[in-house]
Amino acid sequence: MIENRPWLTVCSHLVLLLGVFIVALPVWVALVASTHPSSAFGSGSIPMWFGDQALANWQQALVGKEGQASDLLRMTVNSLIMALGITFGKILISLLSAYAIVFFRFPFRSAAFWVIFFTLMLPVEVRIVPTYEVVANLDLLNSYTGLTLPLIASATATFLFRQCFMSIPGELVEAARIDGAGPIRFFFDILLPLSRTNIAALFVILFIYGWNQYLWPLIVTTDDAYYTLVMSVKRMLSVSDGDIAWNQVMVSTLLAMIPPVLVVIGMQKLFVKGLVETEK
Amino acid sequence: MRKLALVSMVAGLAASGSALSATQIEWWHAMGGANGEKVDEIAAAFNASQDAYQVKPVFKGNYTETMTSAIAAFRAKQQPAIVQVFEVGTASMMAAEGAVYPVYKLMADTKQPFNQEDYLSAVTGYYTDKDGNMLSMPFNSSTPVLYYNKELFAKAGVTAPKTWQEVETVSQKLLDSGVKCGFTTSWQSWVQLENFSARHNLPFASQANGFAGMDTELKFNGPAQVAHIEKMSEWQQNGIFSYGGRRSDSASKFYSQECAMHMESSAGYAGVKRNAQFDFGVSELPYDSNVIKTPQNTIIGGASLWVLQGKSQAEYQGVASFLSFLSRADVQADWHQFSGYLPITTAAYELTKQQGFYDANPGTDVAVKQMTSVAPTENSKGLRLGNAVQIRDIINEELEAVWSGKKTAQVALDAAVERGNVQLRKFEKANQ
Amino acid sequence: MSVYFPQKYLPYLLLLPQLLVTAVFFLWPAGQAVEQAFYQEDAFGLSREFVGLDNFIELFTSPEYFASLLTTMVFSFSVAFLGLAVALWLAVMADRVIRGAMVYQTLLIWPYAVAPALAGVLWWILFDPSMGPVALALDAIGLDWNHFVNGDQAMILVVISATWKQISYNFLFFLAGLQAIPRSLLEAAAIDGAGPSKRFWGIVFPLLSPTTFFLLVVNLVYAFFDTFGVIDATTQGGPGQSTTTMVYKVFNDGFVGLDLGSSAAQSVVLMVIVALMTVIQFRYIERKVQY
Repeated sequence: MIENRPWLTVCSHLVLLLGVFIVALPVWVALVASTHPSSAFGSGSIPMWFGDQALANWQQALVGKEGQASDLLRMTVNSLIMALGITFGKILISLLSAYAIVFFRFPFRSAAFWVIFFTLMLPVEVRIVPTYEVVANLDLLNSYTGLTLPLIASATATFLFRQCFMSIPGELVEAARIDGAGPIRFFFDILLPLSRTNIAALFVILFIYGWNQYLWPLIVTTDDAYYTLVMSVKRMLSVSDGDIAWNQVMVSTLLAMIPPVLVVIGMQKLFVKGLVETEK
Repeated sequence: MRKLALVSMVAGLAASGSALSATQIEWWHAMGGANGEKVDEIAAAFNASQDAYQVKPVFKGNYTETMTSAIAAFRAKQQPAIVQVFEVGTASMMAAEGAVYPVYKLMADTKQPFNQEDYLSAVTGYYTDKDGNMLSMPFNSSTPVLYYNKELFAKAGVTAPKTWQEVETVSQKLLDSGVKCGFTTSWQSWVQLENFSARHNLPFASQANGFAGMDTELKFNGPAQVAHIEKMSEWQQNGIFSYGGRRSDSASKFYSQECAMHMESSAGYAGVKRNAQFDFGVSELPYDSNVIKTPQNTIIGGASLWVLQGKSQAEYQGVASFLSFLSRADVQADWHQFSGYLPITTAAYELTKQQGFYDANPGTDVAVKQMTSVAPTENSKGLRLGNAVQIRDIINEELEAVWSGKKTAQVALDAAVERGNVQLRKFEKANQ
Repeated sequence: MSVYFPQKYLPYLLLLPQLLVTAVFFLWPAGQAVEQAFYQEDAFGLSREFVGLDNFIELFTSPEYFASLLTTMVFSFSVAFLGLAVALWLAVMADRVIRGAMVYQTLLIWPYAVAPALAGVLWWILFDPSMGPVALALDAIGLDWNHFVNGDQAMILVVISATWKQISYNFLFFLAGLQAIPRSLLEAAAIDGAGPSKRFWGIVFPLLSPTTFFLLVVNLVYAFFDTFGVIDATTQGGPGQSTTTMVYKVFNDGFVGLDLGSSAAQSVVLMVIVALMTVIQFRYIERKVQY
């Protein structure tokens, strides 16, 4: 501490607590709503304190209601497969292509560069109908491949790896070549260990990206064996003319949040390090 | 209802055995929540009733998601046999002649017994071609009615208004008694313009509301509609009316007792019953007594089932027998009573009456009566407008400009007509 | 860097997977969108007519399209500004307290993991004009909240929902940036008599500028392209068109309205914008800003 001003420290704590409060507010409401009957939402004001339906609501989501087992486990597995598929798929292809772009010089390099980076920003939502046609033509509807591959086609990860690789001093490459290490050994022995934190950071970003997809899975699946968690929350919300079961929506919302939140919190140190190092 | 539940359980057991040999029929629908579970139950009951066909219901999200998914699937030759499409998608489906298999034709081709006379014309009229042939099978139809808070009404000493003039006086008394707002409305374009026009026998669009041809033009900027919207804008300022969103979001104003009346789909009955912690009544949609003495019927909303082309003969045989099953009086009556949607056959209505449902649930027959009290005219049969989703969006945008005081009713409705006509011309051009 | 591996064929092999995926799942559909932009077609694809540039002409003569452009700008800059300001403020506070900074980081970081579509739903409920606690609180202090009618309030709502998630991300970068500033520098300034606010604007803020600039770009791109889920879950573009951004309009016209020609034309415009932004990013920004 540079100087000691207790009131300033107290102020800082207050501001931070306020920040934490605002950030947590929506989730607090969700948590509270998940302990009330669904009509508590419709009838006037939103409760701010817990009700007495917690057990029933959570039980229905976790175990299922009478005569009908919960799909929770299957949906969680599907979400995991989709999120991890996107994460590892993207990290793998981006590592390779960023490696090629940064450490090699070859004809059509800049053409390949622009083709890849053209995909940097355009989200799948704006090209969803033609993409669906492509996936259907390849017979990939209702498959994990169809769920994941089209979402891998974006250059965000390649961009980050490129940034990271460019900061690696040329002397390292030189030294490797003098030592007689070929590009494959260089990749595994030097590059991969050096980009460990970047891979971790990307793991977090991509896992969250993959986990949170809803429109794409909704479009390409008709078989409930492939339904995912976030998609199921959206499905619970699209009730035409009926009544939304808000308590169940909130339980599912919270459940769908848990895995990505755990990933972020569990990996926060690596996440920060990986991202900050890249950008510096 | 209990019987159906039992059948469905049996069906669940049987399904694993018969699924292999039976012809699969996919049915994409947009019914989430409790209605979705009922849909599964109906399909299971059908599957249990025979073993040649297996109907597989797939919930594809909200109406737009379901329709667009089906269209994308059709383009990629992966379409389901049956898809549920909301009423505003009707013109698009109808114009896609090579894509849909008209129901009347399907029934004839498959020699399935089918008599159009059995169906309520006020419901099926929306889905017939100009010769009166049913192109799709109505499934869930509803019509706007007026829900009111009996307790607030008693406190203010008023009774349910029949005309818009009474809506104003009743609301004034409600406000005087301490209520914050008189009425709110859901689905403003559907209730306050489409149905307002039908109820007063005014054209919403030329060419018999689009039924007679695609070269239709919007006509809802007539003096009666403008006067109505102008009045509502005035009411929005003085508290008689309070706008609560484009869809059914306004319901929370009614449930929280902020507004004493709510104009909402008859299918919202179950929701009102569950959420309103007060005594409520249902009454017919008001009409303007200066414009019409005996009001016309209202028009429907909701969705119907369309059969898509490109399936095998065996599948169509199954689709036809499933559609007949859906029209059965007991199946219909059960669906009508469970969901609050209108019955589609006279027999289902009579059966429900017989079972004493309307006596036990007062107000549930208001919609049926409002629909069937008079013969539909060409202004109240329904709407057949291309790009109807965009047109509704445009109307929403322009009406919101009125409620916020940015535009007068005349200016906004003129703009809506002009912008809507652009959409109609576009649709006409794309579907030549 | 000036040292490269000499292999001739290896780089192609390395690039192959990504190029393949990009070609099949991006370029192919994008190509179809470009083609579609010159046609007027019914939704089912049963009949199509070549209309040349009609779709584009219609787009550029429609006031709604320019309105959505303006909306996009207002929305994106508001999200970026609010997200950066709040995150920086919190980060400065967290940097001050030292003890507990990590705890605060953990408590502030997790919204980043919440799906935008779900975040939108939660904020939508909090601000519901007749039952949302925030809306009721605003009403209580005399601010009449109704985002169904009031376009500015609807904009505020989507900005808050979109920013919520981004604050975490920005906070992480700012905190890391602040912690990298040498203490001695600040101590020296304090000895010279510079108070906390003067030290912040005179030393800390300039030192943070590369981070701020990077975050500005990231946040703008996020607000521009990745907020579709938030808008769809809350206002769906309304009231009027006051929250219809360009990306939302492409989705709405194509997916909801089934106007494939116009939607494709809008995609093409977006692709051109993206291409330009990409070129600017790599050709100019990357060369000019030294990290």
